[in-house]
Amino acid sequence: MLRNWTNWLFDTATRRLDGPLMVTLMVLATLSIAVIYSASGGGSFERALGQVRNFGVALIALWVVANIPPQQLMRLAIPIYLIGLALLVAVALGGEVRNGAKRWLNLGFITLQPSEIMKIGVPLVLAWYFHRREEMLSWQDYAIAILLLAIPTGLVFKQPDLGTSILVFASGFFVIFLAGLSWKVIIAAGAGFAALVPFIWPHLKEYQRQRVLTFLDPAADPLGSGYHITQSTIAIGSGGVLGKGWLSGTQTKLDFIPERSTDFILAVFGEEFGLIGNLLLIALYLIVIGRGLMIALNAPTTFSRLIAGAVSLTFFTYAFVNIGMVSGILPVVGVPLPLVSYGGTAAVSMLVGFGILMSVSTHKQLVST
Amino acid sequence: MGTVIKNREAEVVVFRRRALFAGAMILIGFLVLAARFVWLQVIRHEHYHTQAETNRISVVPVVPNRGLITDRHGEVLAANYSAFTLEVTPSRVKHLEAALDQLDKLIDIQQKDRRRLKRLMEESKNFESLPVKNRLTDEEVARFAVNRYRFPGFEIKARLFRNYPLGEVASHAVGYIGRINDADLKRIESAGLAANYKGTEHIGKLGIEGSYESELHGRTGADQVEVDSGGRAIRSLSRKAPTSGNNLQLTLDIKLQQVIEDAFGERRGALVALDPRNGEVLALVSKPGFDPNLFVDGIDPVNWDALNTSLDKPLLNRALRGAYPPGSTIKPFLALAALESGKRTPSQGISDPGFFSLPGVAHRWNDDKKGGHGFVDLYKSVVESCDTYYYQLAAETDIDKTAEFLRILGFGKRTGIDIDGEVDGILPSRAWKERRFARAAPDARKWYLGDSISAGIGQGYNAFTPMQLAHGIAAIANGGVAYKPRMLRQVTDATTGRARMIEPVIDGRLPLKAENLEVIQRALVGVAKEGTSARAFLNAGYVSAGKTGTAQLFGLKGEKYVESRVAERLRDHAWYVAYAPAEAPTIALVVLVENGGFGATAAAPLARVAFDYHLLKKLPDPAVKKAAYAP
Repeated sequence: MLRNWTNWLFDTATRRLDGPLMVTLMVLATLSIAVIYSASGGGSFERALGQVRNFGVALIALWVVANIPPQQLMRLAIPIYLIGLALLVAVALGGEVRNGAKRWLNLGFITLQPSEIMKIGVPLVLAWYFHRREEMLSWQDYAIAILLLAIPTGLVFKQPDLGTSILVFASGFFVIFLAGLSWKVIIAAGAGFAALVPFIWPHLKEYQRQRVLTFLDPAADPLGSGYHITQSTIAIGSGGVLGKGWLSGTQTKLDFIPERSTDFILAVFGEEFGLIGNLLLIALYLIVIGRGLMIALNAPTTFSRLIAGAVSLTFFTYAFVNIGMVSGILPVVGVPLPLVSYGGTAAVSMLVGFGILMSVSTHKQLVST
Repeated sequence: MGTVIKNREAEVVVFRRRALFAGAMILIGFLVLAARFVWLQVIRHEHYHTQAETNRISVVPVVPNRGLITDRHGEVLAANYSAFTLEVTPSRVKHLEAALDQLDKLIDIQQKDRRRLKRLMEESKNFESLPVKNRLTDEEVARFAVNRYRFPGFEIKARLFRNYPLGEVASHAVGYIGRINDADLKRIESAGLAANYKGTEHIGKLGIEGSYESELHGRTGADQVEVDSGGRAIRSLSRKAPTSGNNLQLTLDIKLQQVIEDAFGERRGALVALDPRNGEVLALVSKPGFDPNLFVDGIDPVNWDALNTSLDKPLLNRALRGAYPPGSTIKPFLALAALESGKRTPSQGISDPGFFSLPGVAHRWNDDKKGGHGFVDLYKSVVESCDTYYYQLAAETDIDKTAEFLRILGFGKRTGIDIDGEVDGILPSRAWKERRFARAAPDARKWYLGDSISAGIGQGYNAFTPMQLAHGIAAIANGGVAYKPRMLRQVTDATTGRARMIEPVIDGRLPLKAENLEVIQRALVGVAKEGTSARAFLNAGYVSAGKTGTAQLFGLKGEKYVESRVAERLRDHAWYVAYAPAEAPTIALVVLVENGGFGATAAAPLARVAFDYHLLKKLPDPAVKKAAYAP
């Protein structure tokens, strides 16, 4: 009796979860907590416990989303998108200014970043749109899709939040790309964007321009805005092959690394775990993305295919942009290292993505027709 | 556009192709990142490892407190205080002038601060931190702190400053510290002291500050600290505490010094007072002086020019670096030489007609006193300062013999006082003239009898520093035992508190017959009692001994020297050498008043002031002072 009951409970808890993804996720979460503990000085559990709580909340969100069948998710696409859009407009009109940017919306009981909602909302609505228009796609559909993508991207960009706007754009772009947007259009758009840079440049904030310039020549101002990159490359480089060992990173212990438990956490990780650790991290990300793409390839419907594919590719974008930035080959933009950086919102939106993947993966037999 | 997909199968195919393409891109992307890691962590690992180490540990020199300087009674002459200073590293500021203009709104930056900064920038390396303004008020510190982010390259530092509380008083003796310049740096490096001067920005330049630099500086400590990349220390790894410099107690009696400087007023000149029993310098006056505080952080060019180009030469330490003809103050020394050599006896006398002439030579060497002094013996020759007596003596004495004797007394060579800058002066002899006019015609190199006769009354080629004369008169006062003059009395170790007295150094025991010395001493007492300086020492309340001197600068071609007709700077220098109390001297001194006129009226009263204070603690009556010293 009892045994049946526990079996049932276990089955209910895990039925909609994907084994390989869950295992990789747990390894990454463990790493995250360990590195955050180290990054916060190694003497206080406060931040590490905070991240445990973040993952706890995010895992609940994952489980909930994983248990929602893709058809249901599709129905949520438009509401989520519209709510996100409304909140973005609200932020633009009356958001809370933090660090010189309007990103936060104080709802009284909670302050949230609507741009995070759009990271899910945009791919959902685009996957929904292409799903609805399947078998009758015309170029106008791509135009509408681009519009659906451009509005929230523009709003986030104006906050200003370059990092998130890139991620919002990427998540939507991947849907459109996977849906088969013509290469010609992609290349033409890329060229057009490059041509537009001189016109966009004056609209960038001073610090954004500085970041781009610094990226082009970090040595020009090592104590100024090239600071982050210089320091994080020193930290990573000094880690060597084996690393200095957990809790033994000197650069990261000495406040050389700014944002060392959030955006620059890789500097801590790379210093303490060395090349071995970094390659392991890349391997873990490859597993996550590879598994995600497999789920996408096996998905039965256009919506589930597109959303699973976009979530996987967006995950890659996070990882690539963050690692590239911290290791000094990309400009500094505020993108966290997926599943490792400290942060509740990021953890939730990341695991909601995982939830979608798992939903797609475990519900396919039900929707296959 | 032709991207129209008509059926589901085609869509799936496109999706698969795109997903595979994306997968390939992801692999490439991760390979790039992996390659980047290999580059950073394997190939460039050494480089970053080194950078990380230097990033982490920084050795911060801890500059020791500079020793204090006090006078013999403990009055502080040079002290330290800590204050906030605004500093700038010029290489980190793009538009310095503009930044200073902005800063001026927060902190009062004066023109002289800017001028000084400009001068410092010319003298120093660009990456050095240079003071913009010292002694910020708390309010200014707070205002800057709030606006700090606007001024990269500027920072506020707490520093120890040197302060000379008495300003101009004894400035030549105490000297000053200034910023270490290239020449100092070379000196420090060649002395192997570079490590000890890490972090030190100032060094003693002059006077006691300069010559006792090694005592005053102390030993620099080192703080090994972990720092963050902003250079801020996070924690100390190990610390070697600095050892403060030693405190120096000088032999100077600063009150005496002050009384004398006041008495000098605006006049130029020097006064050296020694304790004849041990060579301690009780007062070392050179007027005019300067405010040493101006030099501590680099003097601004306007002040510098004013000091440097002034006709009064305030930066010249006249007591050590000024060489003047001694005039009649040389007479007692020459008389002593004559007694010692047997050329004269005390009772032997001459009849002075008011001039001296050589047989067969038309030229007459005139005496000061028209009609002459009548019968003059040695005593009277000193008391009345009879020139004829000394013309004759000089004519009979070989100049080389005179020079030999005077050299033993310390004339024409540095006394070896413990502060730098002394000059040798000139003690003329045949050999000296040969050297001096080596490139001139043979006639000009020859020593003439006329040269000897001029030298016989302290004119001609003679040129001695006030310090040399003081040393000589102190030797006479002390019965022929000469001590090396010195400024340092006691050194106190700042950490242990242990004091070390400086022992007097005898630098000459003159082979004099006591009776000869007594004759001279009696004559010198006569000068102050009934001779040329009697007026100045009227009712002194103690017995002093002295000799006046008046050194001519202006060639008098048979004209009568009328003080009022001669331009001020061509007037005679007034001298007085003296000691007191005559029976057991505790102070011997030399007064020089440049262009002061007669020694008896210009210089002797200053000696009276010094003696009155030193022996009786009596301060000059301001009203009397005015009447007596008015030129």
